[in-house]
Amino acid sequence: MNWRRLWAIVVKELRQLRRDRITLAMVIGIPAIQLVLFGYAINTNLRGLDAGIADQANTAGSRALVLDMLATGVVAPVARADTPQELMAMIRRGRIGIGIVVPPDFERRRIDGREVAQVLVDGSDTAVQAAAAQLAQTPLDSAAPDMRAPLASTPPGGRISVVGFYNPQRRSALNIVPGLIGVILTMTMVLFTAIAVVRERERGNMELLIATPLSSTELMVGKVLPYVAIGLVQTSVVLALGVWLFDVPIRGSLLEVYLASGLLILANLALGLLISTRAQSQFQAMQMTFFVFLPSILLSGFMFPFAGMPKSVQWFAEVLPLTHFLRLIRGVMLRGAGLREMWGEVLALAAFTLLMMALAILRFRKRLD
Amino acid sequence: MTAADDSVAIRARGLTRRFGKLVAVDHVDLEVPMKRVYGFLGPNGSGKSTTIRMLCGLLTPSEGEIEVLGLRIPAQADELRPRIGYMTQKFSLFEDLSVRENLEFLAAIQGVPKATTKRRIDELIAQYHFGDRQQQLAGTMSGGQKQRLALACAVIHEPQLLFLDEPTSAVDPESRRDFWEKLFELADAGTTLLVSTHLMDEAERCHRLAILDRGVLVADGTPHELTARLEGRTFTVEATDPRRAQRTLVDVPGVLGVAQVGNTLRVLGADGAGDAPQRMGQALAAAGQPARVVPAPPNLEDVFVAATRNGSVDRERAA
Repeated sequence: MNWRRLWAIVVKELRQLRRDRITLAMVIGIPAIQLVLFGYAINTNLRGLDAGIADQANTAGSRALVLDMLATGVVAPVARADTPQELMAMIRRGRIGIGIVVPPDFERRRIDGREVAQVLVDGSDTAVQAAAAQLAQTPLDSAAPDMRAPLASTPPGGRISVVGFYNPQRRSALNIVPGLIGVILTMTMVLFTAIAVVRERERGNMELLIATPLSSTELMVGKVLPYVAIGLVQTSVVLALGVWLFDVPIRGSLLEVYLASGLLILANLALGLLISTRAQSQFQAMQMTFFVFLPSILLSGFMFPFAGMPKSVQWFAEVLPLTHFLRLIRGVMLRGAGLREMWGEVLALAAFTLLMMALAILRFRKRLD
Repeated sequence: MTAADDSVAIRARGLTRRFGKLVAVDHVDLEVPMKRVYGFLGPNGSGKSTTIRMLCGLLTPSEGEIEVLGLRIPAQADELRPRIGYMTQKFSLFEDLSVRENLEFLAAIQGVPKATTKRRIDELIAQYHFGDRQQQLAGTMSGGQKQRLALACAVIHEPQLLFLDEPTSAVDPESRRDFWEKLFELADAGTTLLVSTHLMDEAERCHRLAILDRGVLVADGTPHELTARLEGRTFTVEATDPRRAQRTLVDVPGVLGVAQVGNTLRVLGADGAGDAPQRMGQALAAAGQPARVVPAPPNLEDVFVAATRNGSVDRERAA
């Protein structure tokens, strides 16, 4: 072993690393980002779930019960409804995750010792389902101070029932599989396009291409289109395996499942193109893709419930295409919702695609300087 | 535009390009006539590629004016693109496409009319001898074949002006001769060609030449004009020990360059140093080295040495 040669290699590597800012950012950034993301995202103690309330009794006792439930902090009221049917419709659209129903004969039921209220829950997210069960433990003490003694004898939790929709068996595969479509598309689509463009620059093809009358838009759009087909094939594979292996239902229209996937594919391809205008080598393109992929998988609601994250992280996650896609695909596949009911998410994906595409085309110069 | 302009394909004034502090091209003036093979001669890093890239609108000049086929570059680069062909220094076709697929791709990109595309491709495949390998992947071909394919692709839309950046630097001599045959055929058919090279024998084939050194245009003219200026200044020295004789001659006043060519030395004398042969003979005799000094016809290498030496002796380049 020649120590001098060894040392020379070490110095050379350090010098190269110092000049390679992206690798340097990865060396420090990845552990830092992971620590921060996991620290926030692993939080199964859900707070502030969007809830809808239908208090059909509207008595002093029923209002006190609702206030007690809200006081737990698990739910935050965002909508009022008159009937359980309205709440179910809101759950289906994804507007709320939990619905609280107090029936008109609340006082009568309380005296009879029957179930006094119902918690409706979107069971397609198992974490939300767990939160609902917690909510159902709310004691009726303060709601009926004069009846403390007789009520205390009945077992707690028996008086508020939980009705889970869409996933009565609480199987997590139901939640994972639709999300997996999004995760796989996010990883592969961004990477494919980014690499495809950068490879041409590396191999010298780009210099030939920019010396021809080919326009930036033609080049960019032409690069993206073949991958849309590849993305739809990937979607089909995940869907087929999901149905076959995990009995994942497709309750909404299959066409809309593909439409939603198409929206995500376009969004990711546009993002990949934007990356490709920046990256100097295939390796850099891969690194940048990873920077997008990591927050997507952690913050979109795929791994950890969206509602469990702090507000600031939620705002950041709204920027990620996967976040919107997950809401769409879970709505369509598990709750049988239509894209029109969730037009906000559709719009978000479309806007993201257009913005990224425009930036990519603007950034791509038909020049070498 | 005057009538005289119709005979000029490229005109550049004070063309300059800086990369940070490095001046890659330094106030170059050029005039390339139509329908001729115009050569750019210079060593690696002399600014040939940078100049070509500026002329076809791929790089923005830091300073200077360019007019190509009557268009102002880079402002009108989009209008110029359909009228030029560009063959890059590095093979820039798609290695994972076949010969025919590459041609089809470029025909589409360059806007060759759909109706004539097949005929044009068949014509090129025959002309460039790809008949038996049109299905072969470009990446699996030899250097000479790749260059031929690159040329076929560059001319698929029959451009008026063709830029070739060191087209034959990785090609064997026979392929190179074939390649130059093709270039002259194109020039005869009315195409203007601008070819960069660092090979003297290639430069000699050009109708006109510009010699670049470290970003500066040091000489231009026809090869004959350029060599004629050195008449009487070039010699062959036959010595028994050429290496030792070279070390002696380098220090003789009036000697610009000494290069060993086999068993002889090639010597370039300074302008106006007519007594150089005598002084060389004396110096060699004084060093005890019997040698014969014979006048030799000047070639482009001498032109290059004379143009870049500025009268000072540079031992490094002579070696």
